[in-house]
Amino acid sequence: MSAGRGTATRGAPGEPRAVAYLYLAPALLVWALFMAWPLIRAVWLSFYEWDGLSVGTWVGLDNYVAVFTDPELREPFGHALVLLFFFSVLPILFGLVLASITARADVRGAGFFRTVIFLPQVVAMVVVAIAWRQIYEPSGPLNDGLRALGLDGLTHAWLGEQATALAAVGLVGTWVGTGLCMVLFLAGLSKVPRELYEAAALDGAGALRQLWHVGLPALRGEIAVAITLTVVAALRTFDLVYVMTTGGPGTATRVPAYEVWRWSLNEGRVGYGVTIALVLTALILLVTVVVNQVAERGER
Amino acid sequence: MTRFRARSLVVAAATAALALTACAPGGGSDGGDAPQRQASDVETDVASAGDVTLTVWDQEVRSGQDKPLKELNAEFMEQYPNVTIKRVSRSFDDLQKQVRLAISSGDAPDVVQANNARADMGSFVSAGLLRSLDGYAEVYGWNERFGADVRAVSSYSEDGKTFGEGSLYGVPLTGEMVGVWYNKAKLDELGIEPPQTMEDFEAALATAKEAGEVPIQFGDLDQWPGVHTFGFVQNMTVPRDDIVKLGFGQAGASWTSSENETAAQTLVDWVDRGYFTDGFLGLGYDPSWQSFAKGEGVFLVSGTWLLADLQSGLGDDLGFMLPPTGESGELAVTGSTGLPFAITSESENPDVAAAYLDFITSEDAMAKISDAGGLPVYDLESQQVDGIQGEMFDAWTTATDEQALTPYLDWASPESSTLLPAEVQKLMDKSASPAEFLQALEDDYASFTG
Repeated sequence: MSAGRGTATRGAPGEPRAVAYLYLAPALLVWALFMAWPLIRAVWLSFYEWDGLSVGTWVGLDNYVAVFTDPELREPFGHALVLLFFFSVLPILFGLVLASITARADVRGAGFFRTVIFLPQVVAMVVVAIAWRQIYEPSGPLNDGLRALGLDGLTHAWLGEQATALAAVGLVGTWVGTGLCMVLFLAGLSKVPRELYEAAALDGAGALRQLWHVGLPALRGEIAVAITLTVVAALRTFDLVYVMTTGGPGTATRVPAYEVWRWSLNEGRVGYGVTIALVLTALILLVTVVVNQVAERGER
Repeated sequence: MTRFRARSLVVAAATAALALTACAPGGGSDGGDAPQRQASDVETDVASAGDVTLTVWDQEVRSGQDKPLKELNAEFMEQYPNVTIKRVSRSFDDLQKQVRLAISSGDAPDVVQANNARADMGSFVSAGLLRSLDGYAEVYGWNERFGADVRAVSSYSEDGKTFGEGSLYGVPLTGEMVGVWYNKAKLDELGIEPPQTMEDFEAALATAKEAGEVPIQFGDLDQWPGVHTFGFVQNMTVPRDDIVKLGFGQAGASWTSSENETAAQTLVDWVDRGYFTDGFLGLGYDPSWQSFAKGEGVFLVSGTWLLADLQSGLGDDLGFMLPPTGESGELAVTGSTGLPFAITSESENPDVAAAYLDFITSEDAMAKISDAGGLPVYDLESQQVDGIQGEMFDAWTTATDEQALTPYLDWASPESSTLLPAEVQKLMDKSASPAEFLQALEDDYASFTG
């Protein structure tokens, strides 16, 4: 607007120059090819009744109507809510506790424990699932342990009973997620000057009060990140369920992502399966936006 | 500014999406009319076909099947130097998922091993992606080579709607069936003979239970083994023709019949009496047969495909028999062939592909499969086998001679492959009554058969 000198192509200070897009282009191209285009394709497919092989039939919004009115889909979405507790709430709580213990107190071998707790995060979920399947077996290590403690009454066919199966799958999510949360919170806590804790201690605050008044406010950002990551992990869970229970016993552990697989790849109703996937995507997006909005608002 | 840009992006995306709606998915391939080959047009002289590359997708990865197929491929190429076989081998699960994409991609393999089920071979046929083999069957005499039962499980009507009859769309190499494996040492200990009738079988189960043994080794965490177990009981209680209709998804039978009710109730009774492994719904399929191979359990209801694995554990103590018969005395056994080899519509050399199919299902091929410890689909009488493989051969011969094979129940409708396993679990953990169980299956069956 102002600048008389320089070339005409240069805009106001701070205004991006056209050449900037050139730098973005490679990433943008990859994004468009592997993210945007499949998404557009998915939206397009959701308007069709299609078996994946022959020519599809245009059905307009029928698939969406079906997804929102199908009573059979309520169960899997309900299961996803339960998994939120195990994948998100529990790991964040455990992560907070573990982080505040190992960050400040001089625990012997803290590094070792941190590594052990973080380890599940780097193992492929399928491997995790297979290992836990064996742990949960009727005569597996978990039940053996309970029997050794004389707690025979507490043994279960964990993955084979409707009452325990979903929680059993969920706890594996807790086991995996806790490490991630802990490492995030450790990083956050390391920014807090030690003096703050010392001051709080001098004022007579115990460990819990210190965490509440000093640690937590400093962790706001990290908690938002942890919630976002774990909520996404909870809602899109597929591998754990598919490998551990195939949605069973009965339909007790079916989750939305399992339904996506079931309808689009197994029952030959690609359009319907894709619609469930899109609804799930929208839901995840919504949750993430809300979490971040709330976190940002608190920041001010 | 940014807001405007975002909006224009959305508009652009929406416009792009709308533009796409002009063409329907799957519109690229010309589905509907698969090319037919009349017997009179078939060229059996492979050598005159010029240089040909035949791409073959199979799932014969287990050593017992991989070896004979490898040898056969090599021999075929030796006999016809103008032909190169490009073999792509994957596990059953992987193949099942990838064939779907490959076969409709416009660059399909020439020969694929396609799962018989309605959701697989059935939908390929209805989309016009596989060739009818009727002309070739006439030329090569496949109708004499393979029994009626064997051909039925690879047969569909041209629109893919009727399963079990119509045109032939594939030929198999091996047979398989769900019978009863038993531990001979344990039967001796308990003083019981291999039971021939359902009554004897239930008595044997009671004796085993009383002696503190696991009567039937069973693990259903993977969901599908339960379908075999239900089918096993059903084979003893329900008329064979009804099971065939239900399994092929043909009209004329009913899940809510009194015989099916007996089957469901019997299964629940067995659960109540503790005839199955404790916590069977939390136990995987592999750990369950592995336990049986280690000597835990008197009976194991499962398929002939376990022969090699069970034999390496139990040795001479391993026995195999057909399901006992119920009141009617009619033998019925869930069974079928290994996955049939089919020729795709897009194959440019269907005559060469057919010659290849004829070659890998020849008598010589059957001998190779038998030698590798497998169960060839025909010509069993020519094979030199003994011990447990011999018992298995006898059982298969009896089953096919009496046309006693009943289809896998989860073939029936597209939905039944996930519906049936889940419903059987609900029946067995008693969250569904036999009536509710059968009604759920009837609803699917009725809506499918119309």
